[in-house]
Amino acid sequence: MKCTVCREPAVIDVRRHNANFCAPHFLRLCRDQVAKAIKDHSMIGPDERVLVAVSGGKDSLAVWDLLVELGYQADGLYLGLGIGEYSDASGEMARSFAQERDLHLVEVDLPRDHGFDVPTGSKAAKRVPCSACGLSKRHLFDEAARTGGYDVVVTGHNLDDEAAVLFGNVLRWQTDYLGRQLPVLPARHGFPRKVKPLIRLTEREMAAYCVLRGIDYIVDECPMAVGNKHLAYKEALNAIEATSPGSKHDFYHGFLARASSRFTPDAEAEQANLAPCERCGAPTTGTVCAFCKLAERARGAAPTAVPVTLGRSR
Amino acid sequence: MKVHLRNPKRELEVDGPLRVHVLLERLELNRESVLVIRGDTLVPGDVLLADDDVVEIRPVISGGAT
Repeated sequence: MKCTVCREPAVIDVRRHNANFCAPHFLRLCRDQVAKAIKDHSMIGPDERVLVAVSGGKDSLAVWDLLVELGYQADGLYLGLGIGEYSDASGEMARSFAQERDLHLVEVDLPRDHGFDVPTGSKAAKRVPCSACGLSKRHLFDEAARTGGYDVVVTGHNLDDEAAVLFGNVLRWQTDYLGRQLPVLPARHGFPRKVKPLIRLTEREMAAYCVLRGIDYIVDECPMAVGNKHLAYKEALNAIEATSPGSKHDFYHGFLARASSRFTPDAEAEQANLAPCERCGAPTTGTVCAFCKLAERARGAAPTAVPVTLGRSR
Repeated sequence: MKVHLRNPKRELEVDGPLRVHVLLERLELNRESVLVIRGDTLVPGDVLLADDDVVEIRPVISGGAT
């Protein structure tokens, strides 16, 4: 198998592009796709301060690496979520990445700074773990960006993530969610813009990028995500992709181009009801935001342990 | 060849030579969901793996709801 660009031996076949690539041309493809996403959706201005939400996994480390390669001034933000050894290992990955490249990593620790961890919060609030985790992360990203004076928060959501979320939202016709499933969430209520530069790249491509760039990342799945419905959606979409390459791209990018705006009124109706949380000032539809409610319940609960086994990428 | 798999972690012995895509079909793995790594680099689907190769099949699907 030869590289479609230069005819040297290929290291990866990308069936949705009907192409094979050697390492240098695959890395160039990744940079070009991120640059196109940023340009097409006006994600990041040239002089803006960028904060990359870093988990220690492949996507967040790859997007940080790609933004630096493209010349952006990007700092990282690592959130310690208190998920046992998994958080210890993922934090180590994020720190090593930053240290080896002389990049600045901001750290927030949920147990240290807010008095609870995700397993305990999930159980106390009777939320599924990914819901409690996502809620906490969104709140803490906003808070860290606001405190640090950043213009834009970057997350490592890739094409598979977005296609899986879209799949779930369509299955249940959650029209308010569909109306705000966008690659750019504008700044509002004093909070920064949030952008997803990896929407043109798949999970497999991001894992390949990390291997080829020598980026050490945490390979094993978060122990709290076992049985998560989005993992099942991803498997279903990959089964379709295997027989019809390009389906995930067409599903998600077709939605953005031809359907997304139809759901905007539903999302705007929800946004119109937002007011500052009386405790922390974060936007909420009630008087107290979901994060403050979660924290209140979790601080009064008994700690929940998380048994894990972990693997590094190399 | 030795084949290292994850989730759960295990090691298989598979007779070579064998092409990468045939190995994945035999293990009933979707090519969209994994990478095959030999040494420090990736190997694409048509590469012939030798009987004495050591390869890792790495899952690429990850993530929660957000």
